[in-house]
Formats: sequence, C-alpha cells, structure tokens
Amino acid sequence: MTASTMDTMTNATAHVASPEQRTAAFYELEPHHHPEGASTMLGFWIYLMSDCLIFAMLFAAYGVLGGNFAAGPGPKDLFELPLIALNTAMLLFSSITYGFAMLVMEKGNVRATQAWLLVTAVFGACFLAIELYEFSHLIHEGAGPWRSGFLTAFFSLVGTHGLHVTFGLVWLFTLVIQLSQKGLTQANKRRLQCLSLFWHFLDVIWIGVFTFVYLMGMI
Amino acid sequence: MAIEAVDHSHWSPLLGRLWWDAIPPDPIVWVTFAGVMLGGIALVAALTYFKVWGYLWKEWFTSVDHKKIGIMYMILGLIMFIRGFADAIMMRLQQALAFNGSEGYLPAHHFDQVFTAHGVIMIFFAAMPFVTGFMNYIVPLQIGARDVSFPFLNNFSFWMTTSGAVLIMASLFIGEFGQTGWLAYPPLSGIAYSPYVGVDYWIWSLQIAGVGTLLSGVNLICTIVKMRAPGMNMMKMPIFTWTALCTNILIVAAFPVLTAVLTMLSMDRYLDFNFFTNDFGGSAMMYVNLIWIWGHPEVYILILPCFGIYSEIVSTFCGKRLFGYTSMVYATMVITILSYIVWLHHFFTMGSGASVNSFFGITTMVISIPTGAKLFNWLFTMYRGRIRYELPMMWTVAFMVTFTIGGMTGVLLAVPPADFVLHNSLFLIAHFHNVIIGGVVFAVFAGINFWWPKAFGFKLHEGLGKVSFWCWVVGFYLAFMPLYVLGLMGVTRRMRVFDDPSLHIWFIIAAIGAAVIAAGIGAFVLQVAFSIWKRKELACDGDPWNGRTLEWSTTSPPPYYNFAFTPVIHDIDAWTDMKRCDVKAPKAGFLDIHMPKSTGTGIILGGIATVFGFAMIWHIWWLAILTFVGMIGTAIVHTFNYDRDYYVPAGEVAEIEAAAHGQPLPAGA
Repeated sequence: MTASTMDTMTNATAHVASPEQRTAAFYELEPHHHPEGASTMLGFWIYLMSDCLIFAMLFAAYGVLGGNFAAGPGPKDLFELPLIALNTAMLLFSSITYGFAMLVMEKGNVRATQAWLLVTAVFGACFLAIELYEFSHLIHEGAGPWRSGFLTAFFSLVGTHGLHVTFGLVWLFTLVIQLSQKGLTQANKRRLQCLSLFWHFLDVIWIGVFTFVYLMGMI
Repeated sequence: MAIEAVDHSHWSPLLGRLWWDAIPPDPIVWVTFAGVMLGGIALVAALTYFKVWGYLWKEWFTSVDHKKIGIMYMILGLIMFIRGFADAIMMRLQQALAFNGSEGYLPAHHFDQVFTAHGVIMIFFAAMPFVTGFMNYIVPLQIGARDVSFPFLNNFSFWMTTSGAVLIMASLFIGEFGQTGWLAYPPLSGIAYSPYVGVDYWIWSLQIAGVGTLLSGVNLICTIVKMRAPGMNMMKMPIFTWTALCTNILIVAAFPVLTAVLTMLSMDRYLDFNFFTNDFGGSAMMYVNLIWIWGHPEVYILILPCFGIYSEIVSTFCGKRLFGYTSMVYATMVITILSYIVWLHHFFTMGSGASVNSFFGITTMVISIPTGAKLFNWLFTMYRGRIRYELPMMWTVAFMVTFTIGGMTGVLLAVPPADFVLHNSLFLIAHFHNVIIGGVVFAVFAGINFWWPKAFGFKLHEGLGKVSFWCWVVGFYLAFMPLYVLGLMGVTRRMRVFDDPSLHIWFIIAAIGAAVIAAGIGAFVLQVAFSIWKRKELACDGDPWNGRTLEWSTTSPPPYYNFAFTPVIHDIDAWTDMKRCDVKAPKAGFLDIHMPKSTGTGIILGGIATVFGFAMIWHIWWLAILTFVGMIGTAIVHTFNYDRDYYVPAGEVAEIEAAAHGQPLPAGA
C-alpha cells in the first residue's frame, strides 16, 4: 500500500470516480486569494537571523582579541560607564517609542504614527551622536582601532551596530514620507513591522554589547 | 623577478591607483584580452544588428520569472566554468612542462594568480550559479508554485552574482588577481605582503556576489516554506526540494560568516585594523577558523542539491519510488547540522592539540554515515528497478562510483595523524576534486541533460552527450588519480617547478587527463549547439522521461505562470500519482492569474555595485562614495513603486493553454 491511501483520494477510489471528480480532486478549480506579502515577515526574520550571525562573528572576534591590548589601553582605562548608560537609555527609549508608533498604527492613526516615528528617530540620533563623540574621544586619546587587537574588535563591533542604527534611521525617514504619500496601507504596515523587528533587534544586540563589552570590561 | 619590482604606489584623486601600470606585463594576457575584446565587439555588433537588445532587456534582464533567472544563472555558471577550466588547463600544462631545469611558461606572479582564480571562480562563479540556477528553475515547479516568494529579490540576487563575476573577469586585464590561494589566508593576504589590487578584487567580487547568494537563500527558504501547493506537507516534498531547503538554510547560516570575515580583512587592508595582523594583537588563526566556519558548510551547500538531482534521476530512470525517502530526508538534515561542526579538519596541523583534533576528526567521519545511507538508498532504488541508461542515469552511476572513492579518501584525511602527513599535498587536491567533480560537476551535467527538455521543449542529442560523458569520466580519472599518487609521494600543492624527474610521468598523465576533459567540455558545447540546430527532430512533450514530480505535469517549456490550475497533492511523486489515477488537466474554466511585474532595478543596482566594487579596489574614493549613495538611492526609489503585480486575464491563460496543447479554444473560456 502506498502513502496515498491515507489521503482523501485513494488509488482504489481514483478509478471509480468520474474524470471530472478526479480532476477536481487534483486541481484547485475555484479562485483562491493569496494574501499579499504572506512571506515577508518570515523572510525578514530569516534575514535578521543572518544579520545576527554577523554580530555573532564580531562578538567572537571580540572574545578572541578582547584581551590583546598590545601594551596599549584596556577597557578600564577607556570606558566611561555613565556616558554609556546614557547612550543605552537613548536606545532603549527609542525602542519604547517605536512600540508606541506600532500601537497607534494599529488604531489607524497616520499622523500619530509619524510623530512617534520621528520621536524614535530623535532618540536614535542621540544614541549615534553620543557614540560618535565616544569614538572621536577615543581616537583623540590615541586609542583608535589600529592601536591594538582589542580596539580593532571593539570599534568593529560597536561601529557595525552604529551603522545598522544609521541605516535604520534612513529607512525610518523613508517610511515617514511613504506614510504621508500612501497612508497606512497593508504594504506600509508590513514595512513598519519589518522596521520594528529591525529596531528591536538592534536593541537586543546593544544589550549584548553593553553587557559583554562595557560592563564585563569594567570588572 | 622583474615584475615584483614594479612600483604600484602611484595614487591620484581622480583615478586612485588606476594607472598605465595596471596593464599586466604579460603577452598571454594581451592575446586573451584581444580575443575577448574582438569576441565581445562581434557579439555586441551581432546583437545590435539583429535588434535583440530590446528583447533581451524586456524578456530576460529585467524578468522576475524564476525560470528565466534560473537559465541566466546556468549561462553565467557555464561561461565562468569555461574560464575556470582555462585556468586549470594552464596549471596542468605548466606543471607538465616545468621539469628538468625548465621554468615552464608561466612566471610565478602569473601562476599564483591562475591557481587562485581557478579555485575562486569554480566554487563561487561556476558551481554556485549552477546550483542556484537548478534550484531557481526547478523548486517552484516541483512545489506547484507560480514563482518564488520575492521575485524582484531573485532578479537582484542574480545581478549581484553577475556583478561579482564581472569584477573577477576584469582583474584578468586591469591590474591583477590575488596570489594567495582561493581562501586568501593572512598574513599573506594582508596589506604588507599583498599591497596591490589582487586581494581587493578577491574581496569585493566575493562580497558583492555574497549579497546575492544570501538573499537568494532567504528567498528560496520562504518559497519552500510558504508556497507549496495544497496537500504537499513537508514529507511529501520532492527530494530535490528537500535538499534545496537544506542548502538554503546552510546558505543563510554560513554566508553571513563570509561577509563578516571579508569585512574584517578589508578593515585590516584599508584602515590598518589589527584583526589578522602578526603585530598589535591580531590573530591570523582566527581568520582561518572563521573562513572555514563558512567554508565547510559551503561544500555541503554545493553537494546537497546535487544529491537531490541524483535522487530524482535514479527514481525516474528506475521507474520506482525513491527507496527510503524518509531516511533520505533525515540524512540530508543530519548532514546539514553536522556540516557545522567539522570545520577544523581543514587545519588539523594548526596545533589545537589532540583532544580538539579528535573531536573534529570524529565528527568528520560521522558525516560519512548519512552520506553512506544516501548511497545505499540510491542502490536499493536501482535494485530490481527497470533501469533505463539514458544520459542522466549514466552520469548518476558515474557519480556513485566516483563519489564513493572520493568519500573514502576523505575519511582517510579525517584521521588527524594521516592528515599530518597528507595535509597541503596533492592527495588533498585529488580528494576534493574527486568529490566536487564526481559530485557537483557530474550532477550539473546529469541535471542539464535531465531538465533541458523541460526548459526548452526538446531533448539534448544523445550521441554527443555520450561522447561528452565518456571523455569526462575517463579524463577525470586520468587527471586526478595521478595526483593521489603524487600526494602520497609527498608533493605539495601550488608548486610551479619541480626538481625530481621521477615525478614527471604522473604530471604528464594528469595533463593528458585534462586534455581529455577539455574534449568532454567541447563535446558538451557541440551537443548543445547541435541539439538547438536539430530541435525539431528532438522535440518532446511535457513529460519526455516518464517523470514523477510536478514539473513534468506542465508543458515543455512551461508557460510563464507555470500552472494554469494549482495542483493538489496527495502523495510523494505527485505527477506519478496523477498519471496513475488518470487525471486530466481541466481544459476550461480558467481563472485570472496573479503575477509579479518585471523591473529594471535589479540590473541597475548590479551595475552600480560593479562600479562601486571597482572604485573600492582601485581606491577611487569619490566614485566609491558616489556609487554607494547611488545604490542606496536606487533602492529607496524602488520602494516608492507600489505597483508590482498584475493579473493575467483568464482569456489569455485559455489561449496559451490551448496553443500549448494543440487544441481549439474552448467556448466561453
């Protein structure tokens, strides 16, 4: 017996059914609706996980090179935790405000969605500004990425995260304009959900950076 | 050598490092360049004369049809395969000549580029496009879908891959290619030892093509997970689709590692970082670990879909359901997982110690268990089957023999103490060519002979196909068995000249083998050309092989929407099930079909990416910034286009179906 006997159309019944019935059992004859963008969220999740692997490699590189100071400065000489705490707060606040944007999106309020997105952008920009200040300060002190394996891995990990936030901001402004043009259509809602995933994902990565690079570096 | 003494430190704001000294000082390259230029001009002139540019642009370059993109991947793979084979035959000739005090005909500078380019091109720009091409063409048809999940992304992925291929071809005539070996280990690939553009060509061609590969992986996973026809649960998927799913999972989980490690090497080279430097706390061994964490899954990315191809062929040409379908699926999944925990076997000699080496040696040997299970499944499918030795089946049998030999030498190399003796020797070269040619290349020819009738509506000529087959198989053994011998005698890889005359005979045999393989490639090209010429005589219907899976239920070639009516699946080998139940496709009552629109954004982005890569390679910073902004801008502009799909009216579907089946138009369609 083959596996097909388990199904609705068995070998036994196939030959007694009329040709029309057999056709109807093997082809979809009625129109059916494919929801637009049904694969998008799955696809974006898979993309995010692949991006997560890039960060995994950068964390691994930091794990390998993080102790190689090459007779240069180490974490305790360089990191200013209060500044990083402020920075972290900016990013966490931006995630909360993005959450608010999604809530008003569900209510169908375009203006409020745009407003919360812009608030998110302000927090994101503050985060980037503080990070750039930290980087320029380190380079000014002679602790640029070329100074040691530790600083190479540090700048690459934190910098890659910063580049992602920058890209997220470009995306965010694009969506604000698209909301003005088209409103909260299905396509735009899906895009907002993707950016939401992306933004929260960067938050999660940052929590890893904050814990493993900054906090554990100060122990 | 005089060539090494050339000073390439010139830089100008307008052209970066690009200057007259970028023309390679090598007559072989000039002649090739002249040939490529003349051929290129002739091709462009012919395309213009016959006014096909508009057709190519409209029907192919901007097409989001997975079938056309699949065919374009195959053409790209074939062109690059011939380029990579030209490199191979140059190496064989050099090594056969460079004895008894002769230096051969290739200077060291050139020979090193040739073996580097050969490896890179064959893996990234021949094997990968072939495999991606098959998956693109076949998977949606096998699962009863009308296209992939993200049709535009598919087109974009193809053009990014092509962009990488264009850059690597440009390196032949402008500047140089890497002289580091295909994986560019630092510190040799660092700025101190490779100061000119060779390694940068390597980095940017792989980085750009890698984007395409990754996105195509995401796309095909979504397609397989989300777009299967009703009734096709996971354990009713055709086995090729299963292997495609596992391969794309591997792509998504491995290629980001390559992206990361290439970026790290770029940072070392461009911005003086210390990831892999010898001084300031860098670690070159970290590079070797990271690149093989990508590199080992990569070889399974190549071989798994090939296992799928062989499975489909064995079951079709034995007229039986595949033996052990479930175990085949599990074996594929187990290989997918195990391929991640074996990477260290590529450098047992690094000095990780006995415990680490034992772990990786054992995991490597364990992989041969699911692989062995697969071979027995194929054998038991053949057992008491009505075997038809058509071309695809011949390639499959050749694979089973050849791959088994390669697998056994692989298990031998997996034993760390044996590897200490054979590491970096020609034994290793023989081993991986044994599995890649016997596994991947044979599958490509098996698959082309198998699915060509589906794609074009006529079979490939059998006689010329047999000439190609026998030349390939005989040529393979002649070319690579001597390398096993040489490897056991202690000859290391990548050698340009030899002192010991007793080795000479083996290199001569290997060179003869390469010439026989060249005849096999020639016969294949003839086979294709002759079959196109005689396409009327070779014409076939939708199901020329008595196929078993859904792609054979369509016409050959399939209409652009694949299925006028979505099939409903009740069994593995859905098409066999339909034939057994004597199901006739409906001839009336057609419905509007929802399809994606073509777009030029993919090829435009690919073109800008090529210029961006070129600018980065040559340090033309203004152009790099301009093209980078251009890429982001083009992508953003593309997102403002919401009008991406349309409906094919039912009347048009009815006309196409009637024409394809040679029937009059049904009334009231």
